[in-house]
Amino acid sequence: MRIRRAERFRPSEITDETHYLNRREFIAGGAAALALGAHDRADAAAPAGAPLKAAHNDAFSVKDAPTKLESVTTYNNFYEFGVNKDDPSREAHRLKTRPWTIKVDGLVQKPRTYDIDELIRAFPLEERVYALRCVEAWSMIIPWIGVPLSALLKQVEPTSQAKFVEFTTLLDAAQFPGQKPGFFGGGLEWPYAEGLRLDEALHPLTLLTVGMYGQVLPNQNGAPIRVVVPWKYGFKSAKSIVRIRLVSEQPKTAWEKAAGQEYGFYSNVNPNVSHPRWSQATERRIGEFRRRPTLMFNGYADQVASLYSGMDLKKYY
Amino acid sequence: MGRRGRIVLKIAVWAIGLAPLAALVWWIARDDLGANPISLITNHLGDWTFRLLLASLAMTPLRIVFGWGWPALLRRLLGLFAFAYAVLHFSVWILVDHFFNWGQMAEDVVKRPYVTVGMLALLTLIPLAATSTTGMIKRLGARRWTRLHRLVYLTGVLAALHFLWLAKVGRTDQYVYVAALAVLLGVRVVTWARRLARRVQKIPHPRPATPP
Repeated sequence: MRIRRAERFRPSEITDETHYLNRREFIAGGAAALALGAHDRADAAAPAGAPLKAAHNDAFSVKDAPTKLESVTTYNNFYEFGVNKDDPSREAHRLKTRPWTIKVDGLVQKPRTYDIDELIRAFPLEERVYALRCVEAWSMIIPWIGVPLSALLKQVEPTSQAKFVEFTTLLDAAQFPGQKPGFFGGGLEWPYAEGLRLDEALHPLTLLTVGMYGQVLPNQNGAPIRVVVPWKYGFKSAKSIVRIRLVSEQPKTAWEKAAGQEYGFYSNVNPNVSHPRWSQATERRIGEFRRRPTLMFNGYADQVASLYSGMDLKKYY
Repeated sequence: MGRRGRIVLKIAVWAIGLAPLAALVWWIARDDLGANPISLITNHLGDWTFRLLLASLAMTPLRIVFGWGWPALLRRLLGLFAFAYAVLHFSVWILVDHFFNWGQMAEDVVKRPYVTVGMLALLTLIPLAATSTTGMIKRLGARRWTRLHRLVYLTGVLAALHFLWLAKVGRTDQYVYVAALAVLLGVRVVTWARRLARRVQKIPHPRPATPP
């Protein structure tokens, strides 16, 4: 009988803490670079954990203290690496994030394939401290670095038929051991697919993310590029994206296909709509002892509630 | 088996029963419980409850299949350890996870089937633990005591449902536990069926009447 438990990494093995501690310098540096109109960020091509400059966006940041970086890099749901929380940090080294391209196509005027470094250089990066609420009733506070997804979408010019955006994660069982067919089968259908309504994707809160804690995104957190949709449960924020496709019909997501009655297309954080098997009324903030009440739309109701006015959120869970 | 052999076996079971608790104390002492300690502790205690319950349920099949006598000596101890871990698992849920938020806990017990069956599984263990002493066996009489303790089969089924219903999509270890339980209960079903068949055979068949 095996005792399964988190294989612990010392923070020094994953990231250089000084990068995080010095993040304000990087931010200041990033701001200076922006002021000069310079987009020279050669360091962005560096591997996970390398410093990444970004201007802190206070207006889009929560005031809560960020979760310990070690927790954010060792407690992950990223089924491509395995279903256990400690699988991603153990298996993350298998993922090769360079070279990497993201194809943006579908119902757009100007379909385009971006090289990851080209994309990072093309847009000014921002740091935003968001609350992350997992559907499993735990939460974290994470300083992400990225650009609003809307900036990218505007560049490819969605056509009037485009109503939804579909995200596809890399499919490669050699890099993602969790994609190998299991003994019992079941699980998710690969590649991981997620989706948003176009207005959700264009919402200024929706962040195309390439870094966190002042660093290039660690592999176990969805490197080299992911979305972060802070008012939805974490699994809506697709990781390691290779394709963004604009479509007219609501895309079928991986979790809808696996267990549609439990994980709906919308999956907005909502304390009043229970998961069929557990309550969503409270959550455990990682690093805290007591549960805290879960907020409507994860605390972003003022910004996003209007997207769903008139909708029955119990029906469109 | 001699007296010495029995003592060695009992010590071994005590060691197995206490090791998961020792591991927990060690992790707490080293502040090595990971990002979500409460979840880790709850799962650890729950896993070991089920493992020890399966171990106690495995003793009788070992006797049936291999004809060994010694497993029967360990059954009670393993069962009591399973009960102890079940109580700890439940206590963490009340004291630490929900921190006496009785309203939410009551709602969970009523509304969440996996909590309901988990609670029922614990309740079924209480009469078994309470009647585990030699004195109680004598007071109840072996026959009634044996009948009462068949309740543990229900405990196993409830524990399996608890695990199946709480496991998230994509997990598979719950099936291993369920398969183990199925084998352990299956051995008993086969034994009963054979015994029943023998009894039926012993009944003399009436000679068919010759047609007129």
